[in-house]
Amino acid sequence: MGEAGEMMAGTTRRWLLKGALATSCALLGLVGSAARFGARAAADAVHWMEDAFKQKSEADAVKALYGKTAEASDKVKLEAPEIAENGAVVPISVTSALPKTTSIAILVLENPFTLAAAYTIADGTLPAVSNRLKMAKTSKVVALVEADGKLFSATKEVKVTVGGCGG
Amino acid sequence: MGGRILVALTALALTAATPVRAVERVDPQAEFKAFRGYFQQHFPKVPLEDFANGPYAMDQDMRKQWEDIEQFPPYEFALEDGKQLFATPFKNGKTYADCFPNGGVGIRQTYPYFDTKAGEVVTLELALNRCRAANGEKPLSYVGPEMAALTATMAYTSRGKPFDIKIPDDPRALAAYEDGEKYFYTRRGQLNFSCASCHVQSAGERIRAEVLAPALGILAAMPIYRSEWGSMGTISRRFTSCNSQVRATPLEPQDALYRDVEYFLSYMSNGLPIAGPGARP
Amino acid sequence: MASTIRVRAVAGGDTTEVQSLIQHPMDSGFVKDAKGELIPPHYIKVVLFEHAGKTVFTAQWGPAVSKDPYLKFSFKGGQKGDDLTVSWVDNAGKSDSLVAKIM
Repeated sequence: MGEAGEMMAGTTRRWLLKGALATSCALLGLVGSAARFGARAAADAVHWMEDAFKQKSEADAVKALYGKTAEASDKVKLEAPEIAENGAVVPISVTSALPKTTSIAILVLENPFTLAAAYTIADGTLPAVSNRLKMAKTSKVVALVEADGKLFSATKEVKVTVGGCGG
Repeated sequence: MGGRILVALTALALTAATPVRAVERVDPQAEFKAFRGYFQQHFPKVPLEDFANGPYAMDQDMRKQWEDIEQFPPYEFALEDGKQLFATPFKNGKTYADCFPNGGVGIRQTYPYFDTKAGEVVTLELALNRCRAANGEKPLSYVGPEMAALTATMAYTSRGKPFDIKIPDDPRALAAYEDGEKYFYTRRGQLNFSCASCHVQSAGERIRAEVLAPALGILAAMPIYRSEWGSMGTISRRFTSCNSQVRATPLEPQDALYRDVEYFLSYMSNGLPIAGPGARP
Repeated sequence: MASTIRVRAVAGGDTTEVQSLIQHPMDSGFVKDAKGELIPPHYIKVVLFEHAGKTVFTAQWGPAVSKDPYLKFSFKGGQKGDDLTVSWVDNAGKSDSLVAKIM
């Protein structure tokens, strides 16, 4: 597709961009929710942000995701440990207190690929997510929140060392 | 002065059951109190039952991560595997439930026990493989995923039940307890650490990124799903890997001496609740 | 064949809290096996959550999401007994889905 910014403003827009065939497959998925074929088609029809997941810097990842720059905001709450007990499984949560939040993304700046995960917050879904991420080493973690068309962020450093009893 | 000492010594000799060995006879009950007292004194803010959670009783940041992960722990899948394995009949139609009291449900806290007939310590892992042998099945690896899954499901049915390890009035049982205790306090390996070096002297301190669990309650959460392993591991797996990590040659899993160590450590944790299976870094 | 998806969806007040755990290696492609060879990347790319014909949550994942990935979020609506459909697709083209009941 090649747009400068892959906006995450709702699944509908993505389906329209992908074309009629994808749309009808996805709709099939929604109508026949119990059918495995239908359900697979639904997840399949979501256009995976390949380009964003390839980026290796904060600036490039933000640009590929949203096409605009973020301003730090204390209304973006990022919860992550001070010292990760194991870099392979770091529990991280993001909660947005900003109205009209439409998406949340999490970057781990020192990872080989900067973007770890991105979430679409549908209308009626609370703007918060908890997940578990891999961190290669001590790194800043950046939470991005798109709300009402604008981009906001919060940053926290998480220390990661090799586990002491594992070598 | 001399007279009083003489009286005291005589009194000691007369009150001892076997006067010659009186001062050498190990007293597990007294040691149990001293062991528990040591940890409670060093960590006065930790409620007794919380020692079952090891490093998470020692460090707030670690505890928060653990509580987050416990909401939907990674060992869910191993636990399900364990339930299924436990319920699957052997080729001869019998099941694990036939080998254990109460069908194997809610009994983990009584292991290990001293088998006075065979004159040895029987751990849960050993009992499971003996059950298999008695029913014509090949033994499972003590360090593999199936044994871990089986001990996980048995631990799960005992969650909250306090350790109830008995030392019968039998010199062989006392000897097993003592052998386990000696092993625990003996330095070994290139790093010249004993189990106590980390789990008694440095309990609550960091070893690189991890916080050392206190020896009190250390087996309560076994088997454990370690993020580092990406899988569930048994007591045997942890004992052998701990030995390797101090650059000592590990014993064979379920070696009599390892079983004695498990016996000693479990007895010392009497009263503490089973918290297994556990999640650890 | 047992599903790879485990879901706990609980309705309370006017929101439903969803927790999911999916059995998947989430290999990043950076880890070597015992032979010293790189284990190829194998990870879930998209997870979709649907309720009452509507997508309530979409996750886009890369290799930095942990093995046996976990997710928690909440959405408004949803009642005990409702269906919640969870589906995923990975970079190898594998997929799975589950219809869970909201409790």
